[in-house]
Amino acid sequence: MSITDLDYYQQAVLLLAGLIGLTSFLMLGQSRLVRLVWIFGLQGLLLAATTALVAAVLDSPHLYISALLTFCLKGIVIPNLLNRQIVRLGLHREMDTIEHPARIMMGGAALMVFSYYVSLPVIAQSQLVTLNAVAVSLAVVLLGMLLMITRRQAMAHVVGFMSIENGLFFAAVVSTYGMPMVVELGIAFDVLVAAVIFGVFFLHIRSSIDSLDVDRLSRLSEAEEK
Amino acid sequence: MIGVYLILALPLAGMAILALQRDSRKAGRINVLCNGLALAASVWLALDVLWRGPRLSPGKLLYIDSFNVYLVALTAFVGLTTSIFSGPYMAHEREIGRIGSRRLRLYYSMYQGFMLAMYLVLTTNSMGVMWVAMEGATLATVLLVSLYRTPESVEAAWKYFILCGVGIAQALFGTILLYFAAEQVQGLGGDALLWTVLHEHAAALNPSILALAFVFLLVGYGTKIGLVPLHQWLPDAHSEGPTPMSAILSGLLLNDALYAVVRCKMVVDGSLGNHTAGNLMMGFGMLSFLVAALFLHRQSDIKRLFSYSSIEHMGLMTFAFGVGSPWATFAALFHMTTHSLTKSAIFVTVGHASQLAGTQRMDKIRGLIRTQPAVGWGLLIGTVAIAGFPPFGVFASEFLVLVATMQDYPWLTPLLLLGVGTAFAGLFRHLQPMVYGDAPEGLRPIKANLLPVMIHLALVLWLGLAIPAFLGDWFNQATRLISGGLPL
Repeated sequence: MSITDLDYYQQAVLLLAGLIGLTSFLMLGQSRLVRLVWIFGLQGLLLAATTALVAAVLDSPHLYISALLTFCLKGIVIPNLLNRQIVRLGLHREMDTIEHPARIMMGGAALMVFSYYVSLPVIAQSQLVTLNAVAVSLAVVLLGMLLMITRRQAMAHVVGFMSIENGLFFAAVVSTYGMPMVVELGIAFDVLVAAVIFGVFFLHIRSSIDSLDVDRLSRLSEAEEK
Repeated sequence: MIGVYLILALPLAGMAILALQRDSRKAGRINVLCNGLALAASVWLALDVLWRGPRLSPGKLLYIDSFNVYLVALTAFVGLTTSIFSGPYMAHEREIGRIGSRRLRLYYSMYQGFMLAMYLVLTTNSMGVMWVAMEGATLATVLLVSLYRTPESVEAAWKYFILCGVGIAQALFGTILLYFAAEQVQGLGGDALLWTVLHEHAAALNPSILALAFVFLLVGYGTKIGLVPLHQWLPDAHSEGPTPMSAILSGLLLNDALYAVVRCKMVVDGSLGNHTAGNLMMGFGMLSFLVAALFLHRQSDIKRLFSYSSIEHMGLMTFAFGVGSPWATFAALFHMTTHSLTKSAIFVTVGHASQLAGTQRMDKIRGLIRTQPAVGWGLLIGTVAIAGFPPFGVFASEFLVLVATMQDYPWLTPLLLLGVGTAFAGLFRHLQPMVYGDAPEGLRPIKANLLPVMIHLALVLWLGLAIPAFLGDWFNQATRLISGGLPL
């Protein structure tokens, strides 16, 4: 089956999936926090666009609600919240050093391939669109984890965490046309509360270790007395 | 069904009232009252299920059967006794100035928030809502772990938040895959995420997708159970938070996460028709059991010691559920009860012991029996019980696990015995000097409330001597539900 056999709707979903995957790679290579958050917001907007598209094609009103929710939360509220924190904590000039950027990118590409491999059982009974969507969403989840592993800034960890959530949401929208409304509302609520708690935490970490560098969080370990 | 609504409404109301209650003593009493009422409601509910069978709420979102109703009752019971302990404990922490009144309000409000999340995990019928509630439990407790605002506690809370957040995201992916598989089956429509529907149509679900989903679900909820190697957050969160929090985390949260895994396993087993899910659980469970038993030897902090002991016991339960025969399932259910009663009792005594010594470091805690016999004996008996000595209930349940393993996987029994022996040695090498020996100068007895400890240990003793008929009945019903057969 080649890509020209698909109708416009499916092609559009594939395009959006590709763009969402791309934003994950952009985040992986971005060392400035403000831009990192900005790209994260972009990913949220793309996600909202995907949801709206699916809603339009399937004509299901409840997906419009979740598109609106994603647009507001992931596209506007959370990025703004994070950016305000960055400015307030004076982190907007700082660069987060990324060690071995080339290797990290290669690792990211490997994760992408791995996600396609893992999703293979799914194609057996579904069409091309679903395969790509599930694979890309799994890749976004894994790339989010890679982002968290490679950074030291607590803020970058939060962005990675939130982008994992984006990947999951994408999987839910494209492969199953949205979870039941109750669940989506619940997830949105959890994400919002998490964002607020993260904000509180930045202040705590800042006031207790004087920096947001999580490498300095190393008091608790199994090692014998220091 | 009114009982279920009551159980969910009570903590919600408690959360709101306690967020506004400025008087800390009154807040402690309101907390006890809310939990007491919830316990009453859960007992009513349990009797209802026992007599009239499983119930589904009209909107199909809540479901009660013999498996979750007994966990609801256990949750409510441990919630109540811990709240009885937490009143004076937190008042003492307030007096010595470790926390202010605003944070105390946060504490009480989130205590109820946590109870609400736990009840919702247990009673909901939708796998999606179960995930939401589980994440809610993390959010409710994360600020409590950092309640003291020391650098250590902030670090522990951050670790807890990030690890559990990322871990449980995997469970959401698993849930989405589950929904995806269910949507392929004709005629399920929007109900495809309801557990009752999934369980009924399990045979029609695509096995390869479900196997993939189960891996994600096990890793996700397994992070919350504290399975090795996803356990890193657990000892930190237990040791740095306030002690009542450790008691309910160990006694309740871990159980409920395991409950979620077992629910998923029931669906996956129906679809796969083989033992893959069970094998995965057995592997993870055995690894956690052995690794945690070894780590017991290396601890220097008393709360970390007992949190590793929790990992060990959760590993054993996961293993037993993985074995999956009616015997093993019965044993796992029984072990869930005895462990959660004993462990919360131990954390209560540990709380008193560390308040008494002014530290959580075990080399500074000495001669408890001489300074305050009640605390010393409480700790000694609690540890004897958790290490699996007869005649306590933990012995009976561990013995059952052993017998069940011998039946199906005889070659694994030496490993189990080795683990139990290692854990026993690990606990006692630390316990001996803390309880006996000379007390350092200047220790004065504190006002201790050992009523919850005595009730819990008496119950564990009773369970070790004889399982009451109604409880045995419950366990039997739940076992038939999970493994499709009766133990005897």
